[in-house]
Formats: sequence, structure tokens, C-alpha cells
Amino acid sequence: MRQRLRTKLQFTAIGWFAALVMAFPIFWMTLAAFKTEIDAVASPPLLFFTPTLENFAEMQERIDYIAHFWNSVAVAFGATALALLLAIPAAYVMAFYPGRRTQGILLWMLSTKFMPAVGVLVPIYLLLRDAHLLDTRTGLIVITLFGNLPIVVWMLYSFFKEVPREILEAARVDGAGALQQIVRLVLPLALPGVASTALLSIIMSWNESFWCINVTEVNAATLALAIASFSNPEGFFWAKLSAASVAAVAPMLVLGWCTQRQLVRGLTFGAVK
Amino acid sequence: MLCAGADGSIRAGDLKNEEETVNKKKWLLSAVLAAALGWGAAAQAQTTLTIATVNNPDMIVMQKYSKKFEEQSGIKLKWLVLEENVLRQRVTTDISTKGGQFDIITIGMYETPIWGKNGWLVPLQDTPASYDLNDVLESVRNGLSYDGKLYSLPFYAESTMMFYRTDLFKAAGLTMPEHPTWDDVATLASKITNKSKQIYGICLRGQPGWGENMGIAGLLGNTFGGQLFDADWHSGYNSPAWKKAIAFYVDLMHKDGPPGAAGNGFNENLALMSSGHCGMWVDATVAAGILYDPKRSQVADKVGFANAPIESWNKGNGWLWAWALAVPTSSTHTAEAKKFIEWATSKDYIDMVGKTDGWVTAPPGTRASTYANPEYQKAAPFAKITLGLIESADVVHGTKDPKPYTGITFATIPEMQAIGNFAGQQIAAALTGKESVDQALDSAADNANRVLKQAGYIK
Repeated sequence: MRQRLRTKLQFTAIGWFAALVMAFPIFWMTLAAFKTEIDAVASPPLLFFTPTLENFAEMQERIDYIAHFWNSVAVAFGATALALLLAIPAAYVMAFYPGRRTQGILLWMLSTKFMPAVGVLVPIYLLLRDAHLLDTRTGLIVITLFGNLPIVVWMLYSFFKEVPREILEAARVDGAGALQQIVRLVLPLALPGVASTALLSIIMSWNESFWCINVTEVNAATLALAIASFSNPEGFFWAKLSAASVAAVAPMLVLGWCTQRQLVRGLTFGAVK
Repeated sequence: MLCAGADGSIRAGDLKNEEETVNKKKWLLSAVLAAALGWGAAAQAQTTLTIATVNNPDMIVMQKYSKKFEEQSGIKLKWLVLEENVLRQRVTTDISTKGGQFDIITIGMYETPIWGKNGWLVPLQDTPASYDLNDVLESVRNGLSYDGKLYSLPFYAESTMMFYRTDLFKAAGLTMPEHPTWDDVATLASKITNKSKQIYGICLRGQPGWGENMGIAGLLGNTFGGQLFDADWHSGYNSPAWKKAIAFYVDLMHKDGPPGAAGNGFNENLALMSSGHCGMWVDATVAAGILYDPKRSQVADKVGFANAPIESWNKGNGWLWAWALAVPTSSTHTAEAKKFIEWATSKDYIDMVGKTDGWVTAPPGTRASTYANPEYQKAAPFAKITLGLIESADVVHGTKDPKPYTGITFATIPEMQAIGNFAGQQIAAALTGKESVDQALDSAADNANRVLKQAGYIK
């Protein structure tokens, strides 16, 4: 009994330590956001200081936060909705009607993530230029969609594999088509997994910065580009950059906080039977 | 239309009708013209320029004041503001693929001649008389030209100077020479360093990069009598002059530099200097305005200025850099873009910033009239040194032996970034003790020679 309690305490301590280590950069960034630039670069670092809101005021003066925010929302939710639309049928077929090459196709899809994005920058830039999609939400949604699709398909595939095949066979005996099986059985049964996949896709899309910086400028620029605009090699910028970062991650933190139960449930879906 | 009666007379009613018809036509014509002009004006009002610029303090001020330009001209401005390395990559991608996303780009003295040569930029020397192009410092104009044509107009320019703490010098009974040598710097630094109080005699860039530690390494190389490439384009990194210069740099930083110097770029050293941790700092003249500003510096009343150090060779001790505005040939609003650039780099703009935000924040290094202004001279005691350094910076000559390239700490060739970045990593490795100075410079030279051979410079 005492041994079990000790083990539990040890794991709790390790868990708290890991959580604090991971949360520390966010904590320090939040502190810096309320410091003056001189306080932010002070050596040794200041833990106690007179807080100021001037960085947020300057951020609001220099960037159109609302416009960047709506672009982030459009890209994150648009790319995720389209990714799910394409990935659900693909994952359904691969999970329930696997062919000889299914595993190969899955691996090939994932392999597209192995290459650094900069490797295809010029071809994609030329394609977007010719399609008049540079600096458009549509262009950025398409790029983000294809960036996330392999992960979304993989996740849905593994969640769908947990759905008992017998249920689908019974539905087919009752005359249910593929669409009905997906809508009425697969999706409701794998809902926690689908929800966590969607959430992960939204977070990845929200944080995506490489393509945003390289194919948008003004009209379709998301919050990722807004943050990048505060980095500066000539002069102090840490406090302003931190303020912009806090404003950019705040919506995702709120979303993550509100949906953490679903996220954890989805990510552990099928892990414990 | 005039209608004759059956008797051939013209009736009054017909005349009236005719007048009405003519009036209607006039009205219609006027309406069409007015509409056309109005539409034209509206179209003009709707012209939008997309500007790509760096996130440097002077550019942020430009963005703030650009609303005045929008009001005056009816031209709308949209901004992409990024850190210089990210912006360089972003703009290069667009301009080399003729993406046409930008009407105005912010580039430096490195890109301007190369991109001008490539035909990517619109020539800008046909400025109106009111712009007074001759007022722009000649050395800066030359650095932004290729084949006699000016391809960008300077927003601000900088060279290199020595910043030092007058209070520490006074306490130690030291005097800073007007033209210090690197040997002087070493002697002075050793007398100022007090590591227990976190006071370091000298702060210099150590962060690897062609625009970071290679800036200061290039100056050391020049003043010790070296050059980046010899007359046949062979690398000078492994020359005796460079080896002596970098050995001196590594030794000086180990003895009197701050800890972790290999991670320090301009910003890190600015933070150290402005918070009182450096006795001396050799870096961009643009830092003078920040160090002298009490809002941004804790040593504003204790900072002195001197020329950048020389050594066995008395030239090439200050780099020359300008952030300038250019119009890509892919822009569809060339005339409007030129109009904005002429506004942003004009005497009137500098005057407006000086009078509104204080003269110490006026864009430095571009115009003789700025330095002739008594108000600027009064607000910026470093003005005379800065002007002298920028005027004497020579991008064509400047090294002890003849050189085949244009530039002081970099050569304006497309391969320079790759060569400089690799050399910067090697020198940073020497600074951290991972490699010896000889190993680092031999490796940097081998890489440079390989790149230049592949590119056809070395026959």
C-alpha cells in the first residue's frame, strides 16, 4: 500500500515537473509581454517588475489583429473541414477494404511529410502565381490542407480500425450503402477520434508559419505572419514579440482548454478496451 | 438638328427643341466626362501599393508616418514587415519568379547591384529636381548603383564606429584615441574588464552569419591588411593577414569579452552595452541613436563615440550598409511606387521626423543636409563621426592589395551569402574552441574556393 502510494507520488512529481518544463516558455513569454523592452532584456532576468500594457497597444497600432485573426480562423477551420471531407472516405476505404497496396499508399502519404517544405517552395510558388492564388485565403487553405492531409488520414485510419467490422457487415446486410455506413455508424462510433483529429488539424493549421510567410503578404496573412513581423535583428523587440505571441496563441489556448477532455479522450481512443 | 419649315423658314419652337437637344447632349457629354474623370479619380484613389520592408526601428517610423502620404496622394499602402533574413528570402522568391506581389521592396547594398544587373529593378536616377539627388551622400549612391545607374534610394545608411563608456574610462584614467588601433582596444579592454562585476572590456559580434560575425571579421581582416578574395578570386580567409586578425579577435574575446560571445549579434551586444555590461563596443553607427536615447539606454549619459579601429592598414575599418527602397520591374504601379519612394527618402521626410519625434531619431547616413542641420548636430553628437565614416567608406578600393570585387565586408556577388555564412560558422567554432583558428580559416577558404570555382570566378 505504502509502496503504491510512493510510486503514485513519484509519477505525480514527474508529471508536474514535465508540465512545468513545458509550460515555462509560455509563462516566460507572458511575463515578457507585460515588461518594457529594457526590462525584457535585463540581465539577470527580472521576475518582479512594473507591468505595462504598452506592448499590446503598440501591437494593435502596428497590425490589424482582427484581420489576421479572421484569416487564421478561415485557414484553420477551412483547411480542417476540407481535410476531413477528403480523409474520411479515404480512411474508411483503407480501414475496411484494404488492398494489397494500402499500407504502401499510407506510407507514401506520410513520406510527403519527410521532406522539408522549403524543398518545394519554388514550384508551389509558381503554381500559385499562375493560378492567381498568391496572397489569397484560398491558396493558403489549399496548401495547408495538403500539408495536414497525410496526418489526418493516418489518424482517422487508426481510429476507424478500432470500429468492429461486424457492425458494418450487419449494416450492409440491412442494405446500408457506404455513405450511410460512414455517416450513421463509423463517424458516431469513432467520434472522439474524429474530434481529436479535427482539433489537432486546427492547431497545426493555426500554427503553420512557413507557407503563410512565403505565399501571403497582406490580404491572407494569418497571425503567424503578424508575430513574425515583430522579430527584429536591429533593436529591442522581445517584449513586443512576446505580446504579439500571447495575442496569437490565446485563442488556441482557450480552445484547447475548453476541449481538453475530448482531446485526451480522442487521443486515447482504443488504447484501453 | 435644325429643321426648316415647308417655306424654308426656321421655326422658333424647332430652335428651342434644337437648343434643348444640344443642351441635353452637352449634359450627357459632361456627365459621361465627369463620370469618366470621377471613375479615373476613383481608380487613382484605389491604387494600392504593397510594400515589403524590414522590421527596423526607422522603418517602423516610416510605416507610422506613411498615413500622411496616403492622405496627400490618395494612394493606399499595404505593408509586409519581416525580419531582414526572412524578408530577403521572401522577396528573392517573388522577384526571381516574377511573382509581382510587391510594388516596393526594402533591400540593401548587397542586393541592389546584383538585382540591378539582373534587370529585376527599375532604375531610379530620374528623380525630380526637388528631390535633390546630389544631396544624397556619394558613397551611398555609388553603393546602390550598378553600371552607373541608381537602382534604389537610401532610407538610412550606416557604417561602423566605436562606442565606449566614458565613466569607466575616467575611473580607470584612460583616454580613447580619436582613431584607435585594435592594439589600443586590447590594451584598454584589459584595464576595464571586471568580470566579478560583469563588466567586459569589449563586446563584438560572435553570432555566425554573413551579416553578423562576418561583418566584424571582415573589418578585422581588412585592417590587418587582408581581403576577402585576391585579384584572381582566390579566398583570402587563409591568408596570413586574416589568420593574424582572427587569432587576435579570438584571443581578445576570450580575455575581455562577455561569456557566450558566439551567440551575440547586434541585438545581444546592444542589450549588453545599453545595460552597462560593455566597456567598448564596435558595431553599426545606427546604434548611436539608441544608446544616446535615455528611454532605451541606461548609459545614455555615459557613452562616448570614436572611429572604428584600424591596425596595420588604415582603411576598410568601417562597413557601408544602407537600407534602401526599390521598385521591382514586376510591379504594375511603377509611377506611384516611385512617388512613395521619393517621399520617404526626401529631405522633407527627414525634417518631419526630426521635428516630430526628435532629431536623434531622424533617419541617419543618407543626406548631407541632415548633417548640415544645426538641430541634428546638437541632438546627435555622434553625427560628425558618422558622416566622416560613411563618406570615407569606399566600396571599390579600401583593401591594402587590389581586389576584384565591390564591397567592404562582403562582395556583391550572389555566392557571397553562402561563402560568408560558412566562414561565419567556422569563425564561431574557433571562438568557442571547437576548432583552431587555422583549421577554421583553412576550412572557410576551401569552401569559398570551391564555390567560386563552380561559379566560374576561378579559372
